[in-house]
Amino acid sequence: MAEITLVEAVTLALAHEMEQDPTVVVMGEDVGVNGGVFRATAGLNARFGDERVIDTPLAEVMIAGMAVGMAAQGMKPVVEAQFEGFMYPMVDHIVNHAARLRHRTRGRMSCPAVFRAPWGGGIHAPEHHSDSNEATWAHFPGVRTVIPSSPSRAYGLLLAAIRDPDPVVFLEPKRIYRWQREEVEDNGEELPLDVCFVLRDGTDVTLVTWGAMVKETMEAALELEQQGVSAEVIDVATVAPIDMETILESVEKTGRCVIVHEAPKHCGVGAEIAAGLADAGILHLVAPVKRVTGYDTVMPLYRSEMNYMPSTERIVHAAKETLEYA
Amino acid sequence: MAATIASFKVDYFRFLDPEGRLVDGVQVPALARDVKQLVSLYKLMTLTRVFDKKAVALQRTGKLGTYASCLGHEAAHVAIGSAMREEDCFAPMYREYAAQFYRGVKMSDVLMYWGGDERGNDFAGPKHDFPWCVPIATQCLHAAGAAMAYKLHGQPRVAVSVVGDGGSSKGDFLEAINAASAYKLPLVLVIVNNQWAISVPRDKQNNARTLAQKGIAGGLPSVQVDGNDLIAARWAMDKAIAAAREGRGASVIEMMTYRLSDHTTADDARRYREQDEVDTAWKHEPLLRLRSYLVDQGAWDQVKEEELLGECAERVQGAVDEYLDRVTNDPQPIDAMFAYMFKNLPHHLEEQREIARRFPHKGGHH
Repeated sequence: MAEITLVEAVTLALAHEMEQDPTVVVMGEDVGVNGGVFRATAGLNARFGDERVIDTPLAEVMIAGMAVGMAAQGMKPVVEAQFEGFMYPMVDHIVNHAARLRHRTRGRMSCPAVFRAPWGGGIHAPEHHSDSNEATWAHFPGVRTVIPSSPSRAYGLLLAAIRDPDPVVFLEPKRIYRWQREEVEDNGEELPLDVCFVLRDGTDVTLVTWGAMVKETMEAALELEQQGVSAEVIDVATVAPIDMETILESVEKTGRCVIVHEAPKHCGVGAEIAAGLADAGILHLVAPVKRVTGYDTVMPLYRSEMNYMPSTERIVHAAKETLEYA
Repeated sequence: MAATIASFKVDYFRFLDPEGRLVDGVQVPALARDVKQLVSLYKLMTLTRVFDKKAVALQRTGKLGTYASCLGHEAAHVAIGSAMREEDCFAPMYREYAAQFYRGVKMSDVLMYWGGDERGNDFAGPKHDFPWCVPIATQCLHAAGAAMAYKLHGQPRVAVSVVGDGGSSKGDFLEAINAASAYKLPLVLVIVNNQWAISVPRDKQNNARTLAQKGIAGGLPSVQVDGNDLIAARWAMDKAIAAAREGRGASVIEMMTYRLSDHTTADDARRYREQDEVDTAWKHEPLLRLRSYLVDQGAWDQVKEEELLGECAERVQGAVDEYLDRVTNDPQPIDAMFAYMFKNLPHHLEEQREIARRFPHKGGHH
């Protein structure tokens, strides 16, 4: 069993499912011979050919719109947007069509497509290459939004996303594409969608996050431990729909919750989680729910981007704030 | 009944061949005889090439972020910039530096932008020109909108936008053609066709003989020119801009060139294209042919060339020094993240600004 990175786990899952299911095709800009700008489709074109690993013209509307058509006619397109910032032209097709084809046709048709994109900041990328736009997708009914945060979850969740009978937006945290290596067995076992993963048990405060922020959040948990605070860490993984049950169970135990995300605060997925806690967990809370997020600003160019990203220090500070109440 | 109700042709223009000789049997534009102006434009092409090489070197040594090289596009870009008036509006993509230099954008602006500092988009050049446009082809519609504004205001101004062969596949480009045709806009859309959209070759964008014919489909006069021939590229620009300014509507120009560099410094073109093709393209590159022509005209020689290269190196180094000094000794404060979000900063951003001030990144600048 090889130790692989998150981006290699994406490739492994794509290859596995293409091998198993002849209806799976990969489409996008530079996904063919070039193997994707982050190498997520490296080697797939040579292995599966031009008809299953398809280089497209530079046209995101075309990519998303054709994915809807192909998915509705018996294929499983896994399309790649080169960066999350180039997904915005796809909104029309994902929101007006992919997300509601089943509903509009009373189940006569469906759209089992996957829309993948490298997502988030922190890699010194150019303008429009570093957004965290998961809340955009999470807001729209009819489409799941899934974000892995480790090689094994990338493998298992991508398999589940491809096999799911409905459309999935699959956002890959590019900052941790090559951060850690993990042993991932290519056994075709998927991980469940719509559930959180508890990454660390704790009793004093629950830290809820997803994507690349798992890195800083785990670091914060270690630092809190040194200060005598026991933090539980939850990776939400599927940010729409949210598995509130797991989060509520944790908060029932800790009474405190800090939500961490790189995306802007306003109407972020953190707001939905906080509302869920206000609704169903209020009697267990002993402190206000805190959010540590990116600011409601445009993601800065790279020289300032780390001033934007939530730091371990901010997470620790917020966790300690919740401890001041009780 | 059967009748042909529409047919089309696309004309191709080249006046200066790859060896730097005027093409026989064609009436050449006046610019071909204006050696003084050609020398001046050649100097800008050379400055741009020296700048480009330095920018790539800065990226390789960690002093600049990802950079999109313009190597091989110099004639096309100089033609575009030099054909415009200051009051005209330029909506670039992200590698038309020579056009922008002509218009007054500073070399240090370009370095600031790719160096991860938003102040690079606050051009020293025309304040009404649009900033660099990374999302692909969206700039074509902004240029159409600018042209609409000039038309509605009755101003004799022209909007010019550039898109690549890849970008010509996007709806935005085609929609700009439609709008320009329907409203008879003072617009010039230039497809700088460098044959490669990152790893995707021109023939994978579509199977049409030319990209210029997309303009014809929308009802716009459209031509293809040798984009490595400054004289042809500039001639086509002059014609299109005059038509736009005189109220005769928009045009499309496809300038044929070649991306001699990687897509950006983050790319490695060796993964997907043959070196033979690149070697051949170098024989057609624009500086070489214009220099040969100027030498033949007795307007240029090795001494002048060396003197020019020295001057260019000095000017580029000045820009690099200015850039490095600014980002090192006068970096943007954390507040800059908030300062330009709105004219009047909303209350919640004031609160977030306090948090940002309290928790600056501790790892230093990247």
